[in-house]
Amino acid sequence: MANAEKKAETGASDTKIVKSSEIDPRFKYKISEIPGGEKIMLCFQCGTCTADCPIARFSDYYRPRRLMRMTQLGLKDRILSSDVIWLCAACFTCVDHCPQDVEIAGVLRALRNLAVEEGLMPRVHRELAANILKMGYAYRIPEMRLKRREEEELPPLPKADLESMAKLFKATGFSKTLEKQRE
Amino acid sequence: MAELKYLFFLGCVIPYRISSYEISARKVLEKLDVELVEMPEFNCCGLPLDPVSHDMMLALAARNLCLAEQQGLDIMALCPGCSGTLRKVNKTLQEEKELKEKVNEYLKEIGMEFKGTIKVRHLVQVLTEEVGFEKIKETIVKPLSQLRVTEHNGCHVLRPTKYIGFDDPENPVMLKNLIELTGAKCLDYMDETECCGAPIIGVNDRIPLQLSREKLNHIKEAGAQALITVCPFCHMMFDINQPRIERTFNETFGIPVLHYPQLLGLAMGFSPEDLALEKLRVDASKILVSV
Repeated sequence: MANAEKKAETGASDTKIVKSSEIDPRFKYKISEIPGGEKIMLCFQCGTCTADCPIARFSDYYRPRRLMRMTQLGLKDRILSSDVIWLCAACFTCVDHCPQDVEIAGVLRALRNLAVEEGLMPRVHRELAANILKMGYAYRIPEMRLKRREEEELPPLPKADLESMAKLFKATGFSKTLEKQRE
Repeated sequence: MAELKYLFFLGCVIPYRISSYEISARKVLEKLDVELVEMPEFNCCGLPLDPVSHDMMLALAARNLCLAEQQGLDIMALCPGCSGTLRKVNKTLQEEKELKEKVNEYLKEIGMEFKGTIKVRHLVQVLTEEVGFEKIKETIVKPLSQLRVTEHNGCHVLRPTKYIGFDDPENPVMLKNLIELTGAKCLDYMDETECCGAPIIGVNDRIPLQLSREKLNHIKEAGAQALITVCPFCHMMFDINQPRIERTFNETFGIPVLHYPQLLGLAMGFSPEDLALEKLRVDASKILVSV
């Protein structure tokens, strides 16, 4: 995994030279229209998010401050193709501490959602989505465990309404999004 | 006749791997006269899909909220991921008319409509604010005064303050107070409000293992005999993954990780078997001599 992080780094954040042709000046406005991304323009690069981030302490590459600045600059392709955006654990420490009230974890989520629109959903999330569609639950709970509930004197786990799951996947457009994922 | 009644939201992680949390929670809640109404049917809270589709998360969460509205009951969840997500979506849809209309368009496809008539709570909040310390104290028959433990709340019980906000995320006291009611001493340790890292397992395993290893080291240094959690995800990280952390870093911890209802249950006089202590990965029998 360290290799993947390193690769992501060289692709996304370590290249110091920014060409104006890489910049999408509308990107920040797009992010600001997504719930959670509203205040991206207010980030003044104080670095509180990175300083307080437990993931950043153990990663040489994940820096929320840098990702906020790259978003403001409009380095869309570098950000969306980077594995680094998938390292946020959504602990929300940065959200609570940001003096500018930027919902940093919300911006990260918006960036991930856009990456997924480009077909870049990590495998673990594709599996979770497939499980929810097939079972209603995020995990494929084995028959044996469902039976064991009886011995444990627990009420049976209800069967989820799979027809509703399929309809919601379709109504939100998420079914289509899943179809365009690259292997 | 029970005074407190909730729709019990189980979520996915608990029936998948952490039945000891459910077994022990049901035992202690019954003792406290809290009535749990089973959900006739539910789906994943939505949280696992938020990173990939915010709208899909909203739709899944809103469907669960609608199911509760149909029953006319408030939700109680054991998993902070579920309670945090359902709580946040409930509040957002209650406050933001346009978003509510958008989500209701999705829900129309399945014949449902979000109205915003119920509340969502986590176990810690129910025990602290609704059952109350006095009632819990009355049920303690075997104070655990020989036991020294630490707590790990889990991020989504505390943050983001804007949506959760029932305890102080910088200095959380609710779980500590609940622990001390059992007679056990709850020790402070460094960085106790910090994340265990579990949500990124699968994307990156190295960082969560390092984070949890650091926390286990702080817990060991504090001299705790056990760690107490209220989140099935954090519990997996500290209990199921503890042998893996020990192997990876060539260290020994052997710190039993109990769900809070297991600790409370011991003080209520339930047997270790009643509370499914044998299901824990890290052997908890050594702390039972202090009980």
